[in-house]
Amino acid sequence: MEIRNQKHQVLTNYEVLMALRTVKDSKSSHSTKNLATITYETIQYLENTPCKDQTQENIENFIIELKKFGRLTKSEILTMINDPPTLPVHIQLIVEDSEERLSETQVDEIIELSKKYFPNAS
Amino acid sequence: MFVITEINSTVVIQPKDFNKKVDEVCKYELNRKLANKILHNVGLCLYIHEIVFIGDALVKPTDGYVCTQVVFRVVVFRPELGSILTGTVRKCERNGIYVSLGFFDDIFIPENKLQFPSRYDEVENVWVWQYSVGNDETHDLFIDEGEKIKLRVVDEYFFEHEPVGSSEEIQQEQEPSYIIIGSINECGLGLDAWWNQAANNENDEEY
Repeated sequence: MEIRNQKHQVLTNYEVLMALRTVKDSKSSHSTKNLATITYETIQYLENTPCKDQTQENIENFIIELKKFGRLTKSEILTMINDPPTLPVHIQLIVEDSEERLSETQVDEIIELSKKYFPNAS
Repeated sequence: MFVITEINSTVVIQPKDFNKKVDEVCKYELNRKLANKILHNVGLCLYIHEIVFIGDALVKPTDGYVCTQVVFRVVVFRPELGSILTGTVRKCERNGIYVSLGFFDDIFIPENKLQFPSRYDEVENVWVWQYSVGNDETHDLFIDEGEKIKLRVVDEYFFEHEPVGSSEEIQQEQEPSYIIIGSINECGLGLDAWWNQAANNENDEEY
């Protein structure tokens, strides 16, 4: 077995949840016990995260609006989608050197955006 | 925390499956081999996302099986180092806290990566963050089993296991093949209730 590309693509939790639901629904003779177990357990986990209420449109619009903050990395944006920040302390965790890269107003703006597009994230 | 990994491997198709479509059989065999399994240095495989390329079918002499080279993409759980995860506290022990995600159980927060200062309560078997509220007073914040906990991924280990011989050896507990080491010693990590309360207190003070 040769690993050609360990990180061919990165997925949001939302995309994985949607795909797993398809796998679960299409299962007949096509799935094995292991596939059924991992599908069930992962869906259980993801349905307790903010991604269960997300839509593709919300995620896309959120990414577009985040672009105006210029220097956020892909992985920081991905974390904000999977775990929308609701407090300034979350931004501090997600964005490296956030005090230098973002002003207090910008931090509040990001939190507002996150609450606007992902309102049910606690 | 999920990535797609592209792999090149060989799939063996048995004669009883010759009447089925090749890509379906390949997907089935690969799912059977990889779903819910840890691939060394790759991560926990979930399901086959798509088949990219199926090579020529080569018949094994004397057996009748067919071997095909297949390039495929599989969805893998492999959180990036430095990323944030939310899990559930599985149990607290002297050496640290074990966290689970349901589909993945081997996340460990060693005692030196807990909020400082923390102490281990022997009576209740839980870790406690002794949060200082000034004037040498501390407030005890318990990390109970079943609580949701936010951590940062700081390290990961893959262990390769030798094939197990007799059934007695299978009984022995093996180290998990993939362990994630987490940390909660930053502002915002640990139990969400700790920081939500702090934010509410701050807001109250402003009024």
